[in-house]
Amino acid sequence: MISRSLTYRYWFARAFHVFCFVVAWTGVVILGILLFHVTREGIQWLDLQFLSDFPSRFPAKAGIRSALFGTLWLMGFTALFSVPIGIGSGLYLEEFTNKNRFSRFIDLNISNLAGVPSIVYGMLGLVIFVRWFGLEQSVLAGSLTMSLLILPVIIISTREALRSVPNTIRQAAFALGATRWQTTYAHVLPAALPGILTGIILALSRAIGETAPLVMIGALTYVAFTPEGPMDDFTALPIQIFNWASRPQQEFHELAAAGILVLLLVLLMMNSIAVYIRHRSEKRNL
Amino acid sequence: MFQRKWAKHWREEGIKAGLFLCATVSVLTTFAIVWILIREAGVFFQEVSVSEFLFGTQWTPLLEPRSFGVLPLVCGTFLIVAGTALIALPAGLATAIYLSEYASSRVRSILKPILEVLAGIPTVVYGYFALSFVTPLLRTVFSDVQIFNAASASIVVGIMVLSMVASLCDDTLRAVPASLRQGAYAVGATPVEVTLGVVIPSSLSGIMAAFVLALSRAIGETMAVTLAAGATPKMTMDPFVGIQTMTAYIVQVSLGDTPAGGIAYQTIFAVSALLFVITLIMNIVSSHLLRKFREVYE
Repeated sequence: MISRSLTYRYWFARAFHVFCFVVAWTGVVILGILLFHVTREGIQWLDLQFLSDFPSRFPAKAGIRSALFGTLWLMGFTALFSVPIGIGSGLYLEEFTNKNRFSRFIDLNISNLAGVPSIVYGMLGLVIFVRWFGLEQSVLAGSLTMSLLILPVIIISTREALRSVPNTIRQAAFALGATRWQTTYAHVLPAALPGILTGIILALSRAIGETAPLVMIGALTYVAFTPEGPMDDFTALPIQIFNWASRPQQEFHELAAAGILVLLLVLLMMNSIAVYIRHRSEKRNL
Repeated sequence: MFQRKWAKHWREEGIKAGLFLCATVSVLTTFAIVWILIREAGVFFQEVSVSEFLFGTQWTPLLEPRSFGVLPLVCGTFLIVAGTALIALPAGLATAIYLSEYASSRVRSILKPILEVLAGIPTVVYGYFALSFVTPLLRTVFSDVQIFNAASASIVVGIMVLSMVASLCDDTLRAVPASLRQGAYAVGATPVEVTLGVVIPSSLSGIMAAFVLALSRAIGETMAVTLAAGATPKMTMDPFVGIQTMTAYIVQVSLGDTPAGGIAYQTIFAVSALLFVITLIMNIVSSHLLRKFREVYE
C-alpha cells in the first residue's frame, strides 16, 4: 500500500471517506423511505373510527380497538411482573453479592438469555404457562411470557445504572452506620433511578412490538371484544398488523400500515419519555 | 437495643433472600427452556431418528407421505442469513468506521440515535415493508421474482441487523487506544491506511464478535421472514423463489390447525431445539471473541 504514489494514496483516502459517509447516511435514507411508505399507505385509514372499531372482514369497518386494549393489558401486566423481579435481580447482583462462582454463573446465564430468539420464549410460554398452569391464551399467559423475554434487558440496564453510581455514596452511607439495604434503598437506588427507568421503558418498547412469542402461545388473531381481566383472551397490536399484512388484498395491507403508524407513534412516545428522563438526569448531575 | 439490632439483621437477611430469589428467576428460565426443549423434542425423536431429522432432505411433516428431514428449513434459514450478512456486515462496519473515525461529535450525536431507531422498529413492521415495498421493487427490477422470496426477506433483515452491527462495531473501534492511531499518523499514513491497516486489525476480534451476534439475531428472526419469505421448504440457492426458515415453520404450525400432541405438532419442538442450539453456540462464540478483545485493551 505504501509503495503506491502519493496521489493515489490521497485519492484512496478521500474515496474511502466518501464511501463510509454514503453508507452511513444510507441507513437514514432507508428509515426515511420506510416511514414515508408506511405513512402514504396507511394515513387515509387512520381516524377515530379506526381506533374505536373492532376488526372486521370489511376493510372499511375494521379497527384496532381490541388490539389496542389487548396491548395495554399485556404491557401493564408485563411491567407488573418484570420490573420488580428485574430490579431485584440487578440489585442482588450489583449490591448484595461478591464476584463469586454463583454470581458469575447468573451473569453468564443472563447474557445467554438475552440472545435466545424470542420464538423460543414463546415455546416456553406455551408449555409452562398455557399448558401446565392452564392459563390458556389469556392476558396472564402472554404477559408472563413477555416478562421472561424482557427480564434480561431490564437486569442488564439496571446493573449498568447501579454501576454508574459512584462508590463514594455507598461508603459515606456505610460510614454513618447504615446497613446495606438502607444504603441501597435510600441512596444508591434513587441515584440510579433515571437509568433504571430508561432501561425499563426501552425494554417495554421492545415487548410492545414482539409478535412471535404471542403467536406461539396462541394469542388470537380475530378478537371482537376487549379483555376485562387477566384471564381473558386477547389480541395485540403487532398480531393484528401481522394478520392484516399476511392477507393478499391491498386494502388490508393499507390497514396494516395504519396499524403500524399507531404502533410507531406509541413507540415514539415511549422513547421520548426515555430521552426526556435521561436528559433531565444529565442536567441535574451537571 | 440488642433486640432492635437483631430485628435489623433479620430484615436485612430477609431482603437479601428476596433479591436472591429474583435473581434465580433467570436461572430457572434457562433451565426451563433447556428442559422443555429436551423433553418435547424427545417425544419427537422417539419416532424419528436424529440422523433422519438432521440429514434428511425432504421436509413434509404435515402432508402424506411424511418426511422429517430438516435440511430444507436449515437451508432456507442460511439463505436468509447469507443475504443478511452480505448487506449488514459491510454496511454496518462502514457505518461504524464513519461514526468512530470520521464523524464529528455533533454528526455522531445526530446519526447514532437515528440508527438506533432502525433497530427499535418491530420486526413485523419490517415484514410488512418487505412485502409491500421491497418485493414490488425487486419485481420491477428483475423479471423472475416470486411474491414470496428470500431476497426481499434478507434485505429487510439486513437493514434491521445493520444498526446493531454498526453500534457494536462502533463501540469496539472506539475502544482502540488513540495512541495506536497517532503512531500510524506519525509515520505518514493516510486516514484510510490508519483505519484499514491499524484500527481494524487491532479490533478484529471485537468486530467478529459483533458479526457473529448479528447473524445469530438473523437466524432467530421470525416475523419478517414469515411474512416475506414464504412457506415452501426448499433446498435452493435461488434468492428469488419462496423458501421457509426454521422460525417461519414454527409460526406456520402454531397458526394452523395441526392438533397438539401428534408427531406433526411435535416437530416444532425439535426445530426449536435445533434453533436454540445454533443460536446458543453462536452467542457463546461471540462472547468468547469479545472477551478476547477486552483482554487486550481493558
